[in-house]
Amino acid sequence: MLDLPILSLLLWLPMLGGLVVLAVGNRLDPRQVALGITLLTFLISLLMLISFNLETAQMQFQEQSIWISSFKINYHLGVDGFSVPLIILNSFITILVVIAAWEVIRYQINQYLAAFLIMEGIVNGVFAALDAMLFYILFEGMLIPLFLIIGIWGGPQRVYATLKFFLYTFFGSVFLLISLVYLYQLGNSFAIADMQKLPLAMLPQTLIFLSFLLAFGVKVPMWPVHTWLPDAHVEAPTGGSVILAAITLKVGGYAFIRFALPIVPDAAAQLSSLVIFMSLTAIVYIGFVALVQQNMKKLIAYSSIAHMGFVTLALFIIYLLKPDDSRSAALALQGGMIQMISHGFISGALFLCIGVLYDRMHTRDIKAYGGVVNTMPYFAAFFVLFAMANTGLPGTSGFVGELFVILASFKANFWIASLAASALIIGSAYTLWLVKRVIFGTIQHPKVAQLRDLNQREFGLLTVLAVAVLLLGVWPAPLNHLMSVSIEQLLAHALQSKCGGNVVGECP
Amino acid sequence: MMNIAIATPEIFLLISICIILLIDLFLRDDQRLISYILVQISVLITAFLLISTLHTNKQLGLNAMYVQDELGGFLKISILVLTSTAFVYIRKYLNDKNLWKTEFFLLVLFAVLGMMIMASANHLLLVYLGLELLSLALYTLVAFSRDDSRATEAAMKYFILGAIASGMLLYGISMLYGLTMGQLELQAIAAYIDTQAILENIPLLFTLVFIVGGIAFKFGAVPLHMWVPDVYQGAPTATTLFLGSVPKIAAFAMLIRVLSESLGLAQSGWAQLLLVIGLLSVIIGNLLAIAQFNLKRMLAYSAIAQMGFVLLGTMTGTLEGYSAGLFYTLTYALTAVGGFAILILLSHQGLEAETLDDLKGLNERSPWYAFIMLLFLFSMAGIPPMVGFYAKFSVIQALLQGGYLWAAIILVLMSVIGAFYYLRTIKMMYFDKPELDFTLKTTTLDFKLVLSTNGLLILILGLLPSSLMSLCTNALVTSLP
Repeated sequence: MLDLPILSLLLWLPMLGGLVVLAVGNRLDPRQVALGITLLTFLISLLMLISFNLETAQMQFQEQSIWISSFKINYHLGVDGFSVPLIILNSFITILVVIAAWEVIRYQINQYLAAFLIMEGIVNGVFAALDAMLFYILFEGMLIPLFLIIGIWGGPQRVYATLKFFLYTFFGSVFLLISLVYLYQLGNSFAIADMQKLPLAMLPQTLIFLSFLLAFGVKVPMWPVHTWLPDAHVEAPTGGSVILAAITLKVGGYAFIRFALPIVPDAAAQLSSLVIFMSLTAIVYIGFVALVQQNMKKLIAYSSIAHMGFVTLALFIIYLLKPDDSRSAALALQGGMIQMISHGFISGALFLCIGVLYDRMHTRDIKAYGGVVNTMPYFAAFFVLFAMANTGLPGTSGFVGELFVILASFKANFWIASLAASALIIGSAYTLWLVKRVIFGTIQHPKVAQLRDLNQREFGLLTVLAVAVLLLGVWPAPLNHLMSVSIEQLLAHALQSKCGGNVVGECP
Repeated sequence: MMNIAIATPEIFLLISICIILLIDLFLRDDQRLISYILVQISVLITAFLLISTLHTNKQLGLNAMYVQDELGGFLKISILVLTSTAFVYIRKYLNDKNLWKTEFFLLVLFAVLGMMIMASANHLLLVYLGLELLSLALYTLVAFSRDDSRATEAAMKYFILGAIASGMLLYGISMLYGLTMGQLELQAIAAYIDTQAILENIPLLFTLVFIVGGIAFKFGAVPLHMWVPDVYQGAPTATTLFLGSVPKIAAFAMLIRVLSESLGLAQSGWAQLLLVIGLLSVIIGNLLAIAQFNLKRMLAYSAIAQMGFVLLGTMTGTLEGYSAGLFYTLTYALTAVGGFAILILLSHQGLEAETLDDLKGLNERSPWYAFIMLLFLFSMAGIPPMVGFYAKFSVIQALLQGGYLWAAIILVLMSVIGAFYYLRTIKMMYFDKPELDFTLKTTTLDFKLVLSTNGLLILILGLLPSSLMSLCTNALVTSLP
């Protein structure tokens, strides 16, 4: 249809919009400008969805031009079934973040909104980059706005949290750079598609895989490199937490799909038990850690780690399945992707809910609450809904992803599946206990007695998210359909040996 | 073969320095603007004279002691452009501090003349002479505010250590003179090296040690880095600004002329030296910078670490490596000159902006300059999309191509450590509230414009680094044998 450079627009419109918001200062209301830009970006992303061809696994809407000729780095964008839902999620969540800041952020609001807009553009670019260096540059560039968001608008321990966040993720990704340069020198190209075709021996594959695991594992975050996340979440402002949980964690999962599985499949197969062990630890152990948290945000942060454990489990369980069982492998990948999208909505919603309480009470301590349902009935309804979705209640989006992953795991190994399934129990335990302590019961504190219920803005925000969560829960088929061709293509790469072995993971 | 014409820009610069010196005698204090404008004009005319010589074939002249080629032209133009930028910043500093003497600019121009000679020298004696002209001017500039005891102490240290380093270099040159039976011309030395088994020729290896030592001093690389923090801290900020940026390009010119052009075939000999020196610089520079709370000292240690990257890139002895080193040096000089300009901006009457605390709350006092400084700091830390990232990237790429995987790993680890102190500085600007309640002094339009351009260039070059990269590669391809 239209010959618009859709992906470039998705990348540059928010970024330039961010600069505009910075520049308008106080002459115009920066909130309205930012809202307009995010809405426009969302519309463009919907336009992309409408004209997206579901029948092909080829990259679509490709744009390519030479960027840095001496290193053959190209400005190369394109999307497939994995990128499209994530880009839409990102464009959607950013709107909510802008609205959520409306009356809450008072200090330097134009800088705050600009940081989120720039962040949106960079993340869209990460999901659309087809050149490894372009990806890396955006992947790293993402740190800058988030660093400032947590550092400037965060809580009392914000400096510690944001430095930890930055250095942790920076440390993880520098080795990625070395791997990418190594791959470039082998194949003389930074195109991800070329890297996927390179034959590689086992040793380089293993080293490259480990660097990927470090870089993306920190982002996801996987146990044991997850410790930056709770700190960052607790200190971040509400919008920062939402973006962190809903978007940046997904970048890690997406990068596994784009880089680790297709480029180094043999190493991924060999080390899959390690990754699965780490994922199960995240699911079970971190679930228990969440149980004992006293701070609402920290609890949701740990629950995020546990839920992302499902994603990494899904991505690597495909190597434990029987080679001919491609249906289960596809099921696992679908589960992983749905889990990512659904977690984006649910965690975003939960952090917004906590933000609503925090704006009124200025504490996130669970003990300070109790009996909120008496004063804020509408809020309580939303909170319970999202909590149920977090536990994976059928009918909500949380259920679909986890079910798919557990079903696929059963085909691979009974014990893995049962450990993964135990998350449903642990997850219910910490979430419901949180609900009990915060929402239900009698009012213990006088401040809770004076709480006002949701205003229109908050009500609207949570309604939109509730609809998304329910819709995805009862009708996930469109999302499946969107991804299915790309998943087949990914499996073809990920399950084929690149070192000349007959079976993936077995090098001669 | 005399061919004096190839030194026209240098001759022009020298003559204009002398003329401005004379004119300045007849100007009253309130006419200082005139001499400033004359200084700027002479720098720009010199640069134009150089631009007209670009894209001509390599020429030797002055009895084959002097060379005109793309590399020399490119380096000299960069030196002049950066100097002209630095003058804008320096002018504000001298005005604010009541230190105005036109001699400051003229001494800088002498240093520039020395650097231009280094960049075009085809003879070791001329390299040495250029270096001395540069150093003598710098010693004086460090001691420029003569009532300041710290400045004189710094100048003394710089002078003594600099003299030792010059001695080392001269000793190396004289040994080379002996080994080659009386040759000091770069090509003649290269011809001699061609006939030698490098690693078995012990006198030659000794020579290399001395020459590399002299060069490493100019870079301020470990273990010859002791002068850097003291001089950066003690000197007036205007001097630090100049000394911390432009002479790095001259040091690179010396590196490439001496080590690559004439001793290029002895790469197996000097590569190991540079590898050790470079790694030590990166490690020690970054680790010690963490412990600094004085901004100038922190930037000094950061400079040591950054120069380690340049040496490591050059160490590989490949075109990619040289090109990475050149790109790194240029972008670092551009970043450093701007970073110090922010310090000049922050210094208030009678007080230098020295400690990290002076940056506190800059975002509230002036969001725009805070943003500019943010760009500089992220660039130094090597975070994309700032240009500093591509500099580090090209060095790492050259190292991996040469098979130095472990060196590349140390480099990236050290960049993570380095990121900490740059982030800490950003934290001061953005996350802390201002302690002192003063507003920034108004700045002149030219200062604002130049500093903003300087800062945005860091970002723009980061988004579109391709042209500068190919300029660097081109200059090297057409000039190196």
